[in-house]
Amino acid sequence: MIRGVIIMNDQGQPRLVKFYEYQPVEKQHELIRSIYRILCSRAENVSNFVKVDSLFGSDVRLVYKTFATLYFVFIFDNSENELAMLDLMQVFVEILDKCFSNVCELDVVFNFNKVHTILDEIILGGQVLETSTSEVVKAVEEISKMESKANWQGR
Amino acid sequence: MAGGGPSLMDSLFQRSLDDLIKGLRLSSPDNKLNFISKSLDEIRREIKSTDPQTKSTALQKLTYLHSLHAVDMSFAAFHSVELSSSAIHSHKRVAFLSAALSFNPSTTDFILLLTHQLRKDLSSPNHHDVSLALSTISSICNPDLARDLTPELFTLLSSSKMFVRKKAIAAVLRVFEQYPDAVRVCFKRVVENLEGADMGVLSAVVGLFCELTVNEPRSYLPLAPEFYKILVDCRNNWVLIKVLKIFAKLAPLEPRLGKRVVEPICEHMGRTGAKSLAFECVRTIVTSLSEHESALKLAVEKMREFLLDDDPNLKYLGLQALAIVSEKHMWAVLENKELVVKALSDVDVNIKLEALRLVMSMVSEDNVMEICRILMSHALKSDPEFCNEILEFILLTCSRNVYEVIIDFDWYVSFLGEMARIPHCQKGREIEAQLVDIGMRVKDARLELVHVARDLVIDPALLGNLYIHGVLAAAAWVSGEYVELSRNPFELMEALLQPRTSLLPPSVRAVYIQSAFKVLTFCIYSYLGLNGDVASEPVSDTELDNDNVVITHKQTPSTSSSKHNLTQESIMSLLNLIETNLGPLAGSDEVEVQERASNVLGLIKLMKPRIIGGLNQSEEDKIKEELKASETIKLIYDAFSEELAPVSLNSQERVPIPDGLVLKENLNELEAICGDFKLPLSTSFSLVKTRMLEKDATSISECQSKEESEPSNESTSLLSEHRKRHGLYYLPSESKESVSNDYPPAHDPKDKAIDEAEDLVKLTEQSLVFKKKSNPLKPRPVVLRLDDGEKSNFVSKKLEVKEDLISGAVQEVLLGTEASTSSSISKLSKKSSKGVPELKDNTGNNDLSEVSLAGSGRKKHNKERKHKSSGKEKEEHNNKDKQKSDRRHSKHKSRQRADSALAAQSQVIPDFLL
Repeated sequence: MIRGVIIMNDQGQPRLVKFYEYQPVEKQHELIRSIYRILCSRAENVSNFVKVDSLFGSDVRLVYKTFATLYFVFIFDNSENELAMLDLMQVFVEILDKCFSNVCELDVVFNFNKVHTILDEIILGGQVLETSTSEVVKAVEEISKMESKANWQGR
Repeated sequence: MAGGGPSLMDSLFQRSLDDLIKGLRLSSPDNKLNFISKSLDEIRREIKSTDPQTKSTALQKLTYLHSLHAVDMSFAAFHSVELSSSAIHSHKRVAFLSAALSFNPSTTDFILLLTHQLRKDLSSPNHHDVSLALSTISSICNPDLARDLTPELFTLLSSSKMFVRKKAIAAVLRVFEQYPDAVRVCFKRVVENLEGADMGVLSAVVGLFCELTVNEPRSYLPLAPEFYKILVDCRNNWVLIKVLKIFAKLAPLEPRLGKRVVEPICEHMGRTGAKSLAFECVRTIVTSLSEHESALKLAVEKMREFLLDDDPNLKYLGLQALAIVSEKHMWAVLENKELVVKALSDVDVNIKLEALRLVMSMVSEDNVMEICRILMSHALKSDPEFCNEILEFILLTCSRNVYEVIIDFDWYVSFLGEMARIPHCQKGREIEAQLVDIGMRVKDARLELVHVARDLVIDPALLGNLYIHGVLAAAAWVSGEYVELSRNPFELMEALLQPRTSLLPPSVRAVYIQSAFKVLTFCIYSYLGLNGDVASEPVSDTELDNDNVVITHKQTPSTSSSKHNLTQESIMSLLNLIETNLGPLAGSDEVEVQERASNVLGLIKLMKPRIIGGLNQSEEDKIKEELKASETIKLIYDAFSEELAPVSLNSQERVPIPDGLVLKENLNELEAICGDFKLPLSTSFSLVKTRMLEKDATSISECQSKEESEPSNESTSLLSEHRKRHGLYYLPSESKESVSNDYPPAHDPKDKAIDEAEDLVKLTEQSLVFKKKSNPLKPRPVVLRLDDGEKSNFVSKKLEVKEDLISGAVQEVLLGTEASTSSSISKLSKKSSKGVPELKDNTGNNDLSEVSLAGSGRKKHNKERKHKSSGKEKEEHNNKDKQKSDRRHSKHKSRQRADSALAAQSQVIPDFLL
């Protein structure tokens, strides 16, 4: 199961935080700070794994990737494959890229709800549901259309 | 949209989320909190608005602040509930997102208020409404919600919209966890989805089983045929990875299953271009199918590919997989030895650490020296952090199981000395503990230990290194305790008293002085000629042996008879040296230092006149004085020469609690009463840890112990008084009482060991003369170990009750029988398993036997099944199930169906497995 997805920037500011098991926000932010401390100490061109036994327990793993100014972090347990998680991260970024055409940090910053919507289409309750970029983009576009239409009617 | 004046104003001038974010970005770090609290005030006002748009925006802003700036939003829970019923999808989405991000499933009462809305949304014709509801359920599900929504989920599990169905499957996991009874209702439908053609659905359902099998894999064994089909037919990597994970759990439970799946797994491994799948194949084989040799070989080859890859991720995972194999198949590591060692100098810390772990796993009696040498050279050129990782691993591995892998202790002891000298070394504590520990446990290593200790103590440069003060303490202690093995006690004394010892912390300095005390005692003892008489005196065998060793090893002719060396003059200069160096310390602020220095000075005061006394006294008096001196020094010497032995960690527990001692009562009050008698705790000899404290106490000179005994008597009487007053009594002393008689004195194991050792001593003596390495067959010296076997491992059965319930329900559904094991069942199972030699008769076979029981008990079905088995069996059932069912009867029906259909399934297993 995936335990959490975090996007933060290279200053350690969280941009998206989603834990799939309830954690109080204070705890979430504490974890993010600890993770950031590890991440920013890592060199480039090294493996994408970080040992987080001390933070989450022995069977939990963490992979991360940097895209421009953002760290993408996936936290998961033994039921997931590490390399598949890295692929999934790639899929997530590709989808963001399609939804925001040339995604940058600002898109993630100003589209809090939409990024959550996108993530919810990929992962539900910690389970990976959709790995096809086009399917997710299609669903997200449908939702946006529906929302704008409803909003229009609502006004 | 209805809205009065004020709410219209609100919505016109309300700040949007974008405005809020912009404001946050513009405000300086100091101002940020201020800005947030201002915004919060606004939000609190806006959120009460009757205009849903205003409310929605307020809630959206609040959710943002909550999630990314850790603002509390519990006050808004009701507003989330309220907004969730909005007809406008975007409002609904905001409401549910806020609930998913902020509701605590175990404490938020408002979750129940969402039940109705969620039920409505789950039945909505709009699949995005349904999807949103499912996603919310999986975030905030609690037992009540799970129970109330199970019927809706049951319906969705066979929804014609695959988009919805796969989400329902994923959401059902949470529902099962929270409300295990839902399994009875839904499980059948979940299983049916294993046969679907839609890849999304299949992926979801396989993922669900992957989670379920983590806790109680045995319950899912009957589904093995379905999983096998997917393993063989499916070409989707995501699905295959999950199926492999399931088989990794199932295969160890049933050897015949392993035989069947190993072939397709190897095929996948050979064919796939996806590294993730290839790695999963490797991992499945090494964790669960490692007894299949050819497969394991293929897996190890694949691992090697990973290790050779440039991608650091693959290298890292390859090393991890290798670590898994190393537990049972060391050859795999040895085959890749050079790659592993190469990885030690990788740039990536992860890889280095993993390689280090592997290298250490290779350690055996034969190669420990070589490996340690390699690692040492790595440690010297690594950054401090990794250097210490290496040292830690070496220390841990070498000391494992009481120095199991060490044969040549002389080498190891000098290696410890080398480690301490590494500039970055921060493992002083561990080295310290091991030096002392080896000194106590391995008699034959003491000579070399003393040499190593001497080299450490004598080096003035080391005194400045903060990290190895502990090591120096150990070295000083060793030099004092085994001074009779020292080549040159005078030199030792100079080293112990050198001026730079002022750099040491008081606790270590105290050890230095105490060691000087021991060395002094030894020197006077030798000078007075008591040394020569040793053989005739009833001293323990140990010392005899030690002395023999000394004599054979004292190389210079002058020391062969030590008395020659010890002239009155030299002794006097020794005494003077001590006096000048320790004199000032008698006024030290540190009690421990001061006290010990005074002890030494006191002894000198006592001895000095007796040693120089001869000058102006008659011969007779001189002899008298010398005799007196001898007596005194002999007493002290004997007190020191009683050997310290390691004490079992458990021994304290085995001591029965004596009458008159309250252990579990708060002693604060008492401390005030008898504070005067309390010995300063901080003075405890830091070097020895608790296991030696007891012995340390015995080595204090007699007069001291007399002094001590008085207050302790008094304090016990105080204790009993205290007890009377408070009417508190001991807790029952549990079962330890029975053990109490068997409590071995600290020396007990040692004495035994000595007997055994005696034969070895001669041999080791020879090898010691020839120095190390000359003789590969050199016997391992005796290492004292205590029967620490009873490691009081309370294997607390931490059964997750809920998981157990899930698997119980699963078994019920799958097998159509109650998961019970009456005697008749076990009888039957034995019969039925007779024909199956592989079936191990261990505790685990209950469930299996039930499987076969179900098979034999329903022969009618079995026959039917055989008819069908050529065709596509279960489609029929699938079709049946898809019919719309009245919700009220659904439970009952599904049970019925489970009974009939799954009885059929359960029979498949024996067929399949055979």
